[in-house]
Parts: sequence; structure tokens; C-alpha cells
Amino acid sequence: MPDQTEFMMSLGKVIPADRLLTKPAQLAPYESDALTAYRVRPLAVVIAESQQDVIETVRLCDRYKIPFVARGSGTSLSGGSLPVESGIVIALNRLNRVVSIDAQQRIAVVETGIINMDISKAVSPYGLYFAPDPASNAICTIGGNLAYNSGGAHCLKYGMTSNHILAIKAVLPDGEVVNIGNESIEGVGPDVVGLFVGSEGLFGVALEITVRLLPKPESFRTLLAAYSSLEAAGDAVSLVVASGLLPGALEIMDYLIIQATEAAVHPNYPPDATSLVIVEMDGERTQVDAEFERAVEVIKESAPDVIRIAQNDADRMRIWKGRKSAFSAVGRLSPDYLVQDGVVPRSRLGEALKEIDRLSAKYNLRVANVFHAGDGNLHPLILYDGREKGAYDRGEELNGEILQMCIQFGGSITGEHGIGVEKRAYLPKMFSEQDIATMRRIRLAIDPHELSNPGKMFLPAETAIM
Amino acid sequence: MRPSTIQEIQELIREAPRVLPQGGLTKPGLSSPPEGFTSLDLSGLVGMKEYEPNEYTFTALAGTRILDLLPLLEEYNQYLPFDPLLVEEGATLGGTVASGLNGPGRYRYGGVRDFLMGVRFVDSSGEAVQSGGKVVKNSAGFDLPKFMVGSLGRFGVLAELSFKVFPKPEKFATLKLDFENIDLAMQALYKATASQLDLYSLELESTPAGYTFWVRLGGLTEAISKRVERVRGLFSDGELISDEAEEKIWRDWRELTWVPKGWWLVKIPITPAYIPQFERELAGQPILRRYSYGGQAAWLAMEAHPDHLQTLLDRHQLAGLVVWGDVSQPWIGARPKDTFLKRVKSALDPIGRFPEV
Repeated sequence: MPDQTEFMMSLGKVIPADRLLTKPAQLAPYESDALTAYRVRPLAVVIAESQQDVIETVRLCDRYKIPFVARGSGTSLSGGSLPVESGIVIALNRLNRVVSIDAQQRIAVVETGIINMDISKAVSPYGLYFAPDPASNAICTIGGNLAYNSGGAHCLKYGMTSNHILAIKAVLPDGEVVNIGNESIEGVGPDVVGLFVGSEGLFGVALEITVRLLPKPESFRTLLAAYSSLEAAGDAVSLVVASGLLPGALEIMDYLIIQATEAAVHPNYPPDATSLVIVEMDGERTQVDAEFERAVEVIKESAPDVIRIAQNDADRMRIWKGRKSAFSAVGRLSPDYLVQDGVVPRSRLGEALKEIDRLSAKYNLRVANVFHAGDGNLHPLILYDGREKGAYDRGEELNGEILQMCIQFGGSITGEHGIGVEKRAYLPKMFSEQDIATMRRIRLAIDPHELSNPGKMFLPAETAIM
Repeated sequence: MRPSTIQEIQELIREAPRVLPQGGLTKPGLSSPPEGFTSLDLSGLVGMKEYEPNEYTFTALAGTRILDLLPLLEEYNQYLPFDPLLVEEGATLGGTVASGLNGPGRYRYGGVRDFLMGVRFVDSSGEAVQSGGKVVKNSAGFDLPKFMVGSLGRFGVLAELSFKVFPKPEKFATLKLDFENIDLAMQALYKATASQLDLYSLELESTPAGYTFWVRLGGLTEAISKRVERVRGLFSDGELISDEAEEKIWRDWRELTWVPKGWWLVKIPITPAYIPQFERELAGQPILRRYSYGGQAAWLAMEAHPDHLQTLLDRHQLAGLVVWGDVSQPWIGARPKDTFLKRVKSALDPIGRFPEV
């Protein structure tokens, strides 16, 4: 049993009292993240203000074998920053400096706690932006994006976080500080940065991150199409994908989501629409105009009830307003919800949505769908009332069946939220014992005592070996 | 050793003490086994296993020659946008991943790392391990597919690879811009990388007369001529090359025909800022020089051993990869002391079945 008292005393020498939280009322906000069904009270929270704070904290954790969880804004939907009992949380929000911007080389170096959108704001005067845009980009941090390889509406064309990270300065779980990657988009060895991104905090804590910037798209063209069934919307998306067009974003919203967002932010979607498809083309104006014309033709072939074409920026923002606020708007429909982000092959979207509908009826729970359809990344929101006995368990079971379906269809149990604590029981359904053993070996080579974000991705060791 | 199934690879691995996988032998600097290691020839492990044109994905065995895959993709107007190198010479899919090398198309849509979705590899103990998946978006588990890009057979034997592909642009056009000196060439390069125009490839070449900057565009037929005019406007110049002549320029690039046979070829990841320094320091030396993907990599070709590059690389703290040439290990220059990499090596290959990293 590690000596917590001695550890806390040593920690107190490194971190001033006003940034070392230990009182229950102070710890409460850190007990869970966006996966609210799980709560764990940590031993303490360190509010880091400098990279040195993080390094020294991690070194003490290593010396006393105290587990730690690094946390940004706590927006993980898979419980990625859920604390561990008798462990500490290292809060990184104040580590949010822009270290440098080199507009000509299209590179920025930022600290791990910077908010995703603030990177784009900082480089905007140079006509550049940071492409990955998770729906939570106004609050989520780049460190969290990196740990969970976050996606977003535009990763169909621009790729996930991983496609935009060039180099990482990180503290490994034993306190060693490493620099991996370089400023170029090219490398000469194994793609170590690629492995670090999406490792769910199991390899230590990223401190400083070099990101790749892109010139802002010159032009956007956006359309909204309404369908009388969700399956028809799914089929429309399959048509767009098969047409060979490469939209910047390709999204679906279903009836429940339309109702919820209409009530919450009044995006003025077509009345009576059962489901909506958003198609957006972005890039060079001349090319986008030509692509958009073709996209309209393809959408017409899919026989929607209504097509609305954004005529100006205000129209476009209105279309996106509903989509971006979907998760928060769902609070109007139900006191609690579970959200999934399984992936199915894009050619089987209609089929998958029909199956979700069937499961929803079977479990007598409403399921709202809003998702990145272009890459087959579902986001069924399972609505339940936590006060109703057995409702959560039913929701979890329904959840499991959807994930099972994704695997059966040849897809994945997660497209962008990661495994976290939420889906770790399903990892063995997607990968063999041998596959998981390999990943665990890598984890143990980097973190032999499993101090960094334990309990994420893998089931606890004793259950996993069974 | 020339296995033709994954099972045969597993059996061979369990029997052979130390091996280095080898594909089409198009990049011999990267696949020559160091002393004490035997080549594991994967040219018999061939075939497309699954191809879903509507899904824009395929899975094929690692020894498959890209030349044999492309016609299947072309039937549906699909392709690998990162422009794999040395296709006509017989480059394999596995060798392309293990070398981590990209062609000029990398600028627009990303490199092999951005298109590889899943791998099945045989580890040092002979177990077949799957990582990643077969769908275009997936973040379940560690991203070993990305890690295998550039891994040079040092962490396992790549056996089966899943890729996403893209629709092939309907029409291409190229502008050729000549410059007297590097400063003018760099101005053009920066203009291009900062521009909102959708540029497909940006390659800079040092020539006896100065510099040539190649700007490629790709996209829909109806938009291409207007777009060419916009690019011309950006540089207020440019000789337009189209159709077969255009295609040949890029085919030659992919096949590395600019490098004389028997010469050494080194790739060095850089940022554009290094280019003028390289040009100053290498001026007058018998080294052919190209800078790829908007100035993100230098390609240096020379007749003699690239030993003399060591000083240059050390001074700039850069590392290079010897793609062609007779070397015992393919890295030159200042490789960072990478304990992270060493730890992953100890997890995947604790017994040293594959060469050191």
C-alpha cells in the first residue's frame, strides 16, 4: 500500500496549497467527466500551472506509486478522465499558452490545456486554422483531443486529431520527459507520434504539442435535405459517398434531434422533417462550386422531401447551429442519456439505422440519432430516466447490442470517443486475446506500474487475463 | 524463405532466429538484412482479399505489388492518393508501409499514414496480431497501423493491410515555374502553401539553370481551366502542361527516374525554412536535389556514399533515411535518443528477432 500521507506531504512541497485540492467540496467537480453515469472521488487534484508542475507531480506519483489521471475540460464521453480512487487528478486547463506560431511554416506549438478553438483563434490573423473540430471545440482541450484522437464533423475530409499533430513533448509515467516527432509532416522512423495520439493517456501526459495548420477554406457551400425516414437519409449518404464527391462534412439528424434542437436553438429546420442530411463542401471557390452542383444532383436523386441550399453565411450558421447543439439540446427530451459512437461501413448505414430502430422498440427506450454519417460514425443517444428502476441497465444492454451490431457489420466500437471506461468490456469483442495482450505489453513497457490513467481502455488486469 | 500464407510466416518466424522482411526490393537501402539476419521474402504473400468500391476501402496481403492492385482500383476510378513510389519497379504494399515513403500526391490528401486503417502482422513470437480495422474511422485500441508506417520491418512482419482509397480526380493540370535563384523560388513556394487554392502537388527541383517549381492541380473537369488561371494569377506566370506530358512528369517522379541508376538516395524530413540553407551549403556539390510536398522533405541523390551529409544533418539536428545505397542500417544524421521507441521495441520484439532500431 503506497504511503499516501507521505506522498501528500511531498506533493504539498511542490504544489502550493491553493492549487492542491483535497476537500470534498473542491474535489466534487472532478469526480466525473461527460460520462456522468460514473463518479469516483480522487485523493486530490493538482491544478498545474506549468509544465514543471506536471513533471514533478508525475515523478512523485512514480516514487510513491500513486496513480494519476490527467484532465483537460472533462468533456470525454467515454469516461476518459474519470479519476481513480486513491489516485490524483492533474488538471491541465491553466497550461494553455500558445508557445509559438510560425505562420510561414504553418506550425503552432501550444501547451496541452489550450482549448481547441483557441488555437484557431490565435492563428486566424494569419489566415490559418486548426482543422479538427469536435462538437465540444469551444471547451475541450488539445491535450484531451490528442489522448483520445478526437474527430468532429470535418474529419471526413481533413482527418482526425492524429492527422494534425506533428510533435509531442510528454512526460512518461516514470517522469522521463521525451520529445517525439518533428516539425515536418514527414518522418524517418516508425510513426511514434501516431502511436502516442489516441493512447487514452496510458503513455503519460502530453505537455507541449506541435500542430499543423491549414489555410482557411476559401468557400463553403452547404445544403440541408429532409427525408421522411431515417433509412432514406442513410441511403442518401451512401449515395453521396459512392458518387466519389468528398464533402467537408456529411451529417445526419433524426426526428428526436430535430425536435430537441428546434426547441433549444430554433435553427428553423423544415417542419415535419423526419430526418435531415447536411452536406457541406469546402475549399477553393471554383472547385467547390462545381462539386456542390454535383452534390445537389446526387441529393435530388435520393428523392428528399425538401432541399434547402444555404444562400449566405447566416443560412449556413443556422444549419450548423442545430447540429452543434444537438447533444446539449437532448437534455430537453430526457433527464439522462447514453451516447455511443460505433462505426459501420458507410454502404450499410440505412441498414444499421433500421436495426437501431428495432432495438429501440425492443428495449422500449427512445434512441435519438445525430452523427457523422459520411464516415459511418454513428452517435445513437439512448434516452432514459435514471430515476426509473432498471432503466440505466436496459440502456446499457441496448448500448451493447448496438456495439455488437457495429462489430458484426465489420465496423468499430468507437470512431472518436475512445474506449475509456465505458467500452472496455467490448474491446475483447473486437480484438482477440492476442491482439489485446500485445497492446497491454506496450502499455506495460511504457508504464510498468500502470500509474497513468489506469482503468481506461483495458479491463482491470485480473479480469482481462481470464 | 518465401512464405505465401500468414500461417507459413508464423511457422518460419518460430524457426528462424533473426529475420528482416523484404518486399519488392525496390528500396534496397531499407531492406538489406544486417549481418546475422536472413531475408524473409514476402513476394509470395499476394492477393486482394476484400475490395469494397462503394466503401472506398480494401484489404490486401502485404506482398502484393501495387502495380497489380492499381488496375482493380482504376476500374472504379479509385486510387491511393499518396502516390506510392516505384510502382512500376515492383514496390509492394507492405514495403510501401514499412518504408513510410510517399509520392508527390502526399501534399493534398496526406501520406500512407493517413490512408492505412488496419494491419495484421506476425510478431516476434510468431503470433498474428490485428490492430486498427477496416472502416474509415476507428479509434479502438492503440494505433499500431500508424506506428508501422516507417517501421522498416523492425517490429513485426506486416502480413495484411487495410487501406482507404479516394476517388481519382477527373482531370489534372500542371504549371511549371522557373526561377533564377532560391529566394525567388521560396517566395513562390510560400505563396503556394499559404494560398487557399486547392493545390495537389508542390515540388521544387534544383536544376543546372536555377530552380523549377512544379504545381499540380486535380479535380473536376468543368472547373480545372478556371482554376489553372487562378494559379497563374497567383504567380503571374507559369507554363501549362496537360494530358500525357503532364502525366509523364508525375509518373517519372513516382518512379524516381531523376536519380541515375546506382546512385545513393537519401530522404530528409524538413520544413521549408531549411531549403535555402541546404541550397547554400550543398551548392557546387555533385548532389541532385528535390524538395517535396511543399518543402516538407528533401531528396538528395549522389554518386558517392552520403557520409559527407552527416555534418550537415548534425548541424541542423536532422535525420535522414538512405533509400538507395549499400548500408548496414538505413538511418543517417542526428536521430533523437528515443527511449519511447526503444520501449515499444522491447514490448513487440523482446528477443531481437528483427534488427535494432
